[in-house]
Amino acid sequence: MKLSELHKGDRAMIKKIDSSEDLKIRLASFGVVRGSELSVEACSMGKKTMEIMVDDTLIGLRGEEAKEIEVEKL
Amino acid sequence: MDAIKIVLAGQPNVGKSMLINAMSGSNGLKVGNFSGVTVEKTELCFEHHCHMFEMVDLPGTYSISGFSQEEKVAHKYLLNEEYDVIINVLDSTHLKRNLLLTLELLKLNKKMVLALNMADEAKKENIEIDVRQIEKIIGVPVVLVSANTKEGVEELLEKVHEVADNQERIKSNITYSDVMEEEILEIETFLTQKGFALRDLSNREIALRLLFEDKDIYKELHDEPLMMELQPIILKALQHLYTHHDTKNVQEIKANEYHAIARGIHLETVRCQRNKGKKSLTKRIDEVLINKYLGIPIFLFLMWGLFQLTFTLGAIPMDWIDGAIGAFGDWVGSTISNEFMRNVIVDGIIAGVGAVLLFLPNIIILYIGIALLETTGYMSRVAFLLDGFFHKFGLHGKSFIPLVTGFGCSVPAYMAARTLKSEKDRLITLFIIGFMSCGARLPIYVLFTGAFFGADSAGNILFIIYISGAMLGLVMAKVLRVVVFKGEDEPFVMEMPKYRFPSFTLVWHTVYNNAKSYVKKAGTFILGASVLIWVLATYPNQPLLEQEYQTKIEQSAKEDAITLENELKMKKLEQSYLGKIGKASEPLFAPLGFDWKMTVALEAGLAAKEVVVSTLGVLYAIGDNVDENSNALSHELKKNISFASAMAFIVFVMIYLPCLAASMVFAKEAGGYKYLVYLFIFTTVTAWVFSFITYRILL
Repeated sequence: MKLSELHKGDRAMIKKIDSSEDLKIRLASFGVVRGSELSVEACSMGKKTMEIMVDDTLIGLRGEEAKEIEVEKL
Repeated sequence: MDAIKIVLAGQPNVGKSMLINAMSGSNGLKVGNFSGVTVEKTELCFEHHCHMFEMVDLPGTYSISGFSQEEKVAHKYLLNEEYDVIINVLDSTHLKRNLLLTLELLKLNKKMVLALNMADEAKKENIEIDVRQIEKIIGVPVVLVSANTKEGVEELLEKVHEVADNQERIKSNITYSDVMEEEILEIETFLTQKGFALRDLSNREIALRLLFEDKDIYKELHDEPLMMELQPIILKALQHLYTHHDTKNVQEIKANEYHAIARGIHLETVRCQRNKGKKSLTKRIDEVLINKYLGIPIFLFLMWGLFQLTFTLGAIPMDWIDGAIGAFGDWVGSTISNEFMRNVIVDGIIAGVGAVLLFLPNIIILYIGIALLETTGYMSRVAFLLDGFFHKFGLHGKSFIPLVTGFGCSVPAYMAARTLKSEKDRLITLFIIGFMSCGARLPIYVLFTGAFFGADSAGNILFIIYISGAMLGLVMAKVLRVVVFKGEDEPFVMEMPKYRFPSFTLVWHTVYNNAKSYVKKAGTFILGASVLIWVLATYPNQPLLEQEYQTKIEQSAKEDAITLENELKMKKLEQSYLGKIGKASEPLFAPLGFDWKMTVALEAGLAAKEVVVSTLGVLYAIGDNVDENSNALSHELKKNISFASAMAFIVFVMIYLPCLAASMVFAKEAGGYKYLVYLFIFTTVTAWVFSFITYRILL
């Protein structure tokens, strides 16, 4: 399933990241890589942006970007 | 002994700038809790143990392989410049992520010291770090420090000395995944068998670079005959890695490897006894502040509060300053006997600069607000909340930071736009920053709202001015996005830093520095401009006109004499150089309901917005005593300017080109003077059109 389909409070593991090269590097530098565990901390209105927590780091990302991240719900 | 040149590198929000302050004992740098406060590398010198330390603070970057402006600045500097030691600053409470950058920095083969900052916070969170073990694995000295409590700062300085004096680099003991190690060994053995050596690189390092497809190493090896034999080995190795990592993207493989290493180091060296059930303070605050429904109303309320505060609280010291300047002008005037000198000093200099200093309290309050937003970490949340909204206008949530900074001053705002990675997002943001009325425009608004609205509603009107300027900016952003800058949007991925209690010193220094530069501007640029405008307004002399009126005044009754005297001043002004300039360009602004005086004030405002007020002061307060203050000026304005013209004037000021200094920075940031020409055309046309509409509606 896609990260964008998760709701506040859900936990998941990243299976695959289908983003552009540029974004992949950026995500990796935040600790968002294949195999990372994450939890969804907050969503803004209409899920335009989501706040996720990976390794104790809070990261904000856009719903559109979350669509490119394949996860497995835990 | 030569100076030791130190480069500070680290991810954003690790407290690099604050650490520099702690190390040097000075407080010159701006420190904030938002990614990208250090937008340009900052240099600083100080002495320690009879050594000069030269510090360069690089912009915080999550990685040095990325494509953002800051990452490029940092990467280029680290690769090409001469320096002795890198201090890699890490956040002790986010060690794993911070280590990812450390691993990249290690690849540079430079002398390095790790500073694990925020040791005090780590202690509070029950995080124990085995510093010696990290040293052993990474192969560079590691020091626990806290820029806050100054703990470990002395030790860090000692270590820097030690490392700088030491010729040898220690080898690191970082191990990659089994597959990776296998292939490294394969290539390393081959290189050793061939007896190959390159610069000061070990064969293991060469092997690593080859596998990670480091372009420079391939360039260097390109002409080596060895490459022929090496190629098949590398190809085989890569194939092996591809299958293992399930991707053919070497960048991704590298990221995965680094990540695994960082995770390993973290597991081995960090003990954390946090009770899992308890939610961290940051998460609990986020529950409220970025709540789906409450988030935006809270933000708007805070912004509204800030503007109310700026106006109501700021009014109190304004009265004092006003009185003080008036008294000072009187006193100075009474000591100078030469009439010409008295006029220059009292009417030109003191009145001009005084009009600028008057608004210092407002500006200080505004800066305090912005500094608080930055240092607490709320700024990033605002970007998170607003991205959905901003994205609709073709902007990025991050554009919010430069835009909000633009309410303070456009100069740092233009520089803050560097955090935007995509060129188009950055340019659009740069173009609309001017729509966010800067602190220097505030005096103009305060003057006009004070004159044309009651004191009760002035705060609200001010809020409306700011909000409508911002809204207009957003609409223009959309226009630019659709018409000029078409194409892909930049992704929104950003760290939400931990909430921190704003440190008084940090806020104070930010505010102090900004206030200082404002006053400095008042003392130099604006002083010069006021004198120039005063001269232009006074000359050429018109003895004929004066004589004519002199005789008239002598012949008339006392009441008429005053009117005649004012008339004379008016006529003199009209025929002065300034009057002529204004008159010449008046036709351009006549459709907006501006007379030549307003026209002149606007043109003077191209130099600095503060000058608009002082020019109006010189132009309108002519019939008054020397101690004309803003009350007198606003009274004059109300008498001489129609409501519609005044509103059109505000609109024009809201939109047109920022001051000279800001325009220069804009040209630099946008990448050329041609952009400044575009900006001039863009803002002037927009300002003219909207002013025209305002005037015609209200007329």
